[in-house]
Amino acid sequence: MTATAPQAKRNRATGESFLSRIIRVLLILFFDAGSIWFITQALQKGYSQIAIVIGIITVMLNVIFLLPKAYPFRWIALGLSFMLMFTIYPIVFTFYVAFTNYGDGHLLTKEQALPLIEKITYLPTDAPSYLWTAYKSSDGNYALWLVDPQGNTFLGKPGITIVPSKPGDPGIGEADSKGIPASITGYDRINALLAVTDKNLPNIIFGAEGEKAVQITSPNTAAALEQRFIYDPKTDSFTDQSNGDIYNNVVGTFMTKDGKTIKPGFRELVGWKNFSTFVNSPAMSGPLVTILIWNFIFPFVSVVSTFALGLAIAIMFNEKNFPLKKLIRTLLLIPYTIPSVITILMWRGMFNSEFGVINRMLEAWFSWAPHWTTEAFWARTAILIVNLWLGFPYMMLITSGALQSIPGDLYEAATVDGANGWQRFAKITLPLLFVAVGPLLIASFVFNFNNFGLIYLFIGGGPSIAGASTQAGYTDILISYVYNLAFASGGRGLQYGLASAISLILFILVGSITLLQYRFTNMWEEVSENV
Amino acid sequence: MSNLTQTYNRLRGSQKFQKKFSVAIRLIVAVLLIAFAVFPVIWLISASFDNSNSLATQNLIPVQAGIKNYQRLFNQDPQFRFGDLSYWTWLWNSVKVSTITTFLSISLTTLAAYAFSRLRFKGRVTILKTILLVQVFPNLLAMVAIYVIIFQFGEIIPMLGLNTHAGLIMVYLGGSMGMNIWLMKGFLDTIPRAIDESGMMDGASNFQIFWTLLLPLLRPILVVIAILSFIGTYGEFMLARILLTDVSKYTLMVGLQIFTSGMFDQKWGVFAAGALIGALPIMIIYLSLQDQIAGGLTLGAVKE
Repeated sequence: MTATAPQAKRNRATGESFLSRIIRVLLILFFDAGSIWFITQALQKGYSQIAIVIGIITVMLNVIFLLPKAYPFRWIALGLSFMLMFTIYPIVFTFYVAFTNYGDGHLLTKEQALPLIEKITYLPTDAPSYLWTAYKSSDGNYALWLVDPQGNTFLGKPGITIVPSKPGDPGIGEADSKGIPASITGYDRINALLAVTDKNLPNIIFGAEGEKAVQITSPNTAAALEQRFIYDPKTDSFTDQSNGDIYNNVVGTFMTKDGKTIKPGFRELVGWKNFSTFVNSPAMSGPLVTILIWNFIFPFVSVVSTFALGLAIAIMFNEKNFPLKKLIRTLLLIPYTIPSVITILMWRGMFNSEFGVINRMLEAWFSWAPHWTTEAFWARTAILIVNLWLGFPYMMLITSGALQSIPGDLYEAATVDGANGWQRFAKITLPLLFVAVGPLLIASFVFNFNNFGLIYLFIGGGPSIAGASTQAGYTDILISYVYNLAFASGGRGLQYGLASAISLILFILVGSITLLQYRFTNMWEEVSENV
Repeated sequence: MSNLTQTYNRLRGSQKFQKKFSVAIRLIVAVLLIAFAVFPVIWLISASFDNSNSLATQNLIPVQAGIKNYQRLFNQDPQFRFGDLSYWTWLWNSVKVSTITTFLSISLTTLAAYAFSRLRFKGRVTILKTILLVQVFPNLLAMVAIYVIIFQFGEIIPMLGLNTHAGLIMVYLGGSMGMNIWLMKGFLDTIPRAIDESGMMDGASNFQIFWTLLLPLLRPILVVIAILSFIGTYGEFMLARILLTDVSKYTLMVGLQIFTSGMFDQKWGVFAAGALIGALPIMIIYLSLQDQIAGGLTLGAVKE
């Protein structure tokens, strides 16, 4: 802290050239203009959270880059902005979504849903009617010539604003004896009989979306569509203009007392409902418990098995001049060097129950082979085998590094005291090893705790748990279950609220495990001393 | 058998024999372990050269040996075309995304690490601790939120939305800051301050000190971190799977997963060819730099 003052003075002393100052201010102005535009757009769409975050980042960057006192922060500002936007904000947003009904049927914000509902129209029975004449283009588009009761004339096309027009206007032909244009550029007039029998015409809405629109109601007349639902911000309700029904806002859906609803619904806070769904519904809580238990077994067994094998290898080939040591190490490292997505897919092929090499070998040798993909126990076993293969080289690397740092004279002293091999291992090697690699083991546990890639790529979490109301399998862990809830195909995904509720539980679990790690290793204190 | 036991008992006393025996046993174990580690890879190589392209009929020595699978991978075999296979595009996408992500994240983290290591300012310790705390949570835990955020970005700026590489890179950048800043700061701390001070004497600004004096010293470690970051991004699957939706935008990992998701047993050989081409560069980098990388792995946790 004491260095702050001379620091600032030196910056002023060494100074920044006039040109670079101008460039800096211009860049900031440019950035501000962009983010103000972004924030306006975001607010219009109802994305108020993202608008707030961008606002905070913008203010932060302005202060940092304009105030000379904030000079040191210029070095970290960009990195921090990305972290704020894509690591910290997603965590906060997850907490928010966990308490909303965000998901299928409630994907929009209220700001987006209201205009959509207001665009819904109906044909009032008493609507002012127009006389119409139809025109058709060679590629099948229609146009409509409309005459209202006062004799005003209009030209209507689907999706385009209805405009007052007169025969003889540009693009419109001269009037016939009845005052109707004989032709419209690009379109041919359809004779009355064909027009009346045309199957398409009655379904076409003429006019731009959200503006005055006209639909044909009888062989002679067309009528203007009217907005069906009128919103009342005071009561937060819609009134159906066709029959007077009142639709009240019931947590994100406009609904009448007898249960009629308007689509789309929108996102709204629902309190603890997402969490209680998991507790109250047996079709949800059953699978969740299965998944939760496996979520602890899987990383635990993985860490223990990979550590045991890695350590065994490290001890076996620890001697300095063991023959071919370098070659053995390099070959054993191979599983670690291939991108894991590729090796997991490869194992998926090898574990194929029908055609895979593993089952073909087992069949040939024992005339027996397990169903790796359809039986829960064997699927889990297969995943643990794959993870052992994937993970032991890493453990080999870190334990052999740590073994070399254990002083040799400790073993000599122990041997002199009469300790046998096992005692030396249990009393010297293991405890010292745990001090060195303990944090890495916990980190490895946390990594496997969230090892989405392995679970998803191997057999997509399967085999399925019977009776589950959402997609859930016996090898699913929480993170892959979150994926299923949010992104599963075939109409079983899109449950963002539920998925975020599980994510929230994951955050708490991962946080607690890491807290344990810091406790266990005093890492926090060490780190605090070192900064 | 008893003969062997006798010989063994006779020789057991001899230290030299004991040593040799133990080495022999360990070599046998090594062969078994190597078989376990390497067999799947050899099996994959063999599959890639088996023209039958079938999981069911593959042998260790391919019956119909040939390079047909490599031709099929690039849709050069007229009898065997896959509609959703555009391998070069995926590989190019992966290299592009990983390179840009690595370059940007290293730049941003090195700058930040310089400030944390060399400048003293209010809030320095708090921010460092916050970073350490935040990086506890990998950003894939918040995948739903990230998906929604990128979706909203895209509604406002389509270039940064879902199914764009820019959006994916932004998310990668956000996630890569935490640990790398700490790593870099650790290295910078080991560089003596006398070097900075000599620069200050000559009237160099902070940036000049950073750029001309410190950066050259950091180069070796920058290379290791860059390689690790490149490999990490290249192999990342989940975020790319969620955020990219078009075959033409997939990274290699997503492309391979989608390609193998149906009728895998009839695409096995082609997959093997694609997997090997995709994995080979990474394997070579890893094995040739294994000592540096092994060093980098333990840096985060083991104190000097």
